[in-house]
Amino acid sequence: MEEKKYPRILTAGDGCVVAEFGDSIDMAINSRVAALGSAVAKLDIPGVLDAVPSYRSLAVYFDPVNTDVKRLYSRLGELCLKEDTAAGHERRRTIIVPTLYGGEWGPDMADVAAHTGFSPEEVISRHSGRDCYCYMLGFTPGFSYLGGMDPALETPRLKNPREVIPAGSVGIAAKQTGIYSIVSPGGWRLIGRTPMLIFDPNRDPAIFLEAGMWIRFRPIDKAEFDEIEAASKEGTYRPEILEEEEASS
Amino acid sequence: MSALVLECRLPGMLTTVQDSGRWGYQGKGMPVAGAMDLQSFRLGNILAGNDENDAALEATVLGPTLYVADGEGIAAVTGADLGFQVNGQAAPMWTALAVKAGDTLSFSGPRSGCRAYLCFSGGIDVPVVMESRSTYTRAKVGGLEGRALKKGDRVLCGEPRPLWKKCEGLVCPRELRAVYPPDAPLRVVPGPQEDLFTEKGKETFYGSDYAVSNSADRMGYRMDGPEIEHTGAADIISDAIPLGAVQVPGHGHPIVMLADRQTTGGYTKIGVVCSVDIAALSQRLPGQKVRFVKISLDEALPLVKEEQRKRDELRRLRAIWRSTPRSPAPVSDGGPGFPTAGEAILKVDGEEHRVSWEELQEVE
Repeated sequence: MEEKKYPRILTAGDGCVVAEFGDSIDMAINSRVAALGSAVAKLDIPGVLDAVPSYRSLAVYFDPVNTDVKRLYSRLGELCLKEDTAAGHERRRTIIVPTLYGGEWGPDMADVAAHTGFSPEEVISRHSGRDCYCYMLGFTPGFSYLGGMDPALETPRLKNPREVIPAGSVGIAAKQTGIYSIVSPGGWRLIGRTPMLIFDPNRDPAIFLEAGMWIRFRPIDKAEFDEIEAASKEGTYRPEILEEEEASS
Repeated sequence: MSALVLECRLPGMLTTVQDSGRWGYQGKGMPVAGAMDLQSFRLGNILAGNDENDAALEATVLGPTLYVADGEGIAAVTGADLGFQVNGQAAPMWTALAVKAGDTLSFSGPRSGCRAYLCFSGGIDVPVVMESRSTYTRAKVGGLEGRALKKGDRVLCGEPRPLWKKCEGLVCPRELRAVYPPDAPLRVVPGPQEDLFTEKGKETFYGSDYAVSNSADRMGYRMDGPEIEHTGAADIISDAIPLGAVQVPGHGHPIVMLADRQTTGGYTKIGVVCSVDIAALSQRLPGQKVRFVKISLDEALPLVKEEQRKRDELRRLRAIWRSTPRSPAPVSDGGPGFPTAGEAILKVDGEEHRVSWEELQEVE
């Protein structure tokens, strides 16, 4: 089979073009996606409607009537190869996700503890002790695809998915962890819940998470949960976001 | 004179508020939604004296019954023929009709197509959520409380745009209408993962008869028919799903992803249905035949421009229609903000002339 060369530009219909940087889930590849995304946003190219970063590619949506499509293709190709795009982003942004673990908020905590052989306290300290990287958002508004969970917490999905999972539920599915951003069905093992509304369409920003962010789960008690929940419902809660310069690799 | 207020007497099968979609948030996982048949939706808005992307109602198979509780305005119905009626009498589609308090708009039953657009002067006035009025029911966003219309809902229309009243009687000529032959093949631009299908798989896809399955909704249409062969696994590392993407999961049956599709997914995409044929597909019903034909991007782009030309032409005809004197109309105040159209009385040598003007979009 022919060896694929990256980055490559892929046609995705008459209103979308994809710049692909590789074929694996890899932070270096993903940071180039993020860098291209911000380059495209900064350029404000006429006709471009939307840009969707995912693990290893950026999809750029355009209005085919008002876009010079050939030029858009060639510009994307150039941007992919540009030095500052290739370097990726340098600022590390970490969003703190307050989480109440166990109990009715994390009904599968006992299963995860039994499967991993840890006490619930150990599960909590391992789950909150390591920052996770948000590769992309998708599936539902604000649903984050996270990488970097402590591999010792790996637990299979439920055999019978739940029909209703409350928004904010924090779960584990095999090697992944994630937060349900809206009420939805699902099969992840639930270990806790954040009272912070990841998604609130009537708020600006409607979605707190962004691709390329780091996520740090912070264990909280019921009193703090109630406090944050009340502020979230009023639309006044703002998450803590840490910004720091990342050592260049 | 006041803006239209509609009362929902019967909601129909699935009637939602839609505009041209919620763009700019897909990167955060927010689906676009919006009208499934954008061309019919936009032509309807032009007839109703609106901007082409103003919010309208999208009815599905069984249309709603709406009572005009207050106000007066223009109604134009486009898209599928669902048996449109005004006050119990068959009424013309693709036509700007004057409606007022006391009138009832209803549908006798589907004749052809799947989705009709009910466009009203002033557009449907629901809150703008994330820059759009489109309803996305799965996350309860937009439209009326994020859901389909239900009995008893009061649907408010916005202030009509200048010269709306003069649209009355305007008909969209047949050659400009969005009418899709039910057996025309859907044109597909290959990619982005065409390389993950075998030659045999591609031959199957472009050479076989498919039919719309019962799993067909605003999110996507799954096809019944021969299975498409992959070179290896059907799963990829999740990436963006463009409008019209033809996903082929492990079961080998193609799924065309439509307005309410999730923003990202992990199945191979053999190609993407052309923008203009997405509308054609969204007018088909379960059981109807579908064939796919491959075209290049260079062949696809002029098709979209042709749709734009038709809308520009209808806007031109609207301007002519509105400037043709018929019954005397009251002088408009030009509407809020910077007017794009208006009417004035000019006195030249002591003689009064009624002049109407409007700004037309540039035509290539």
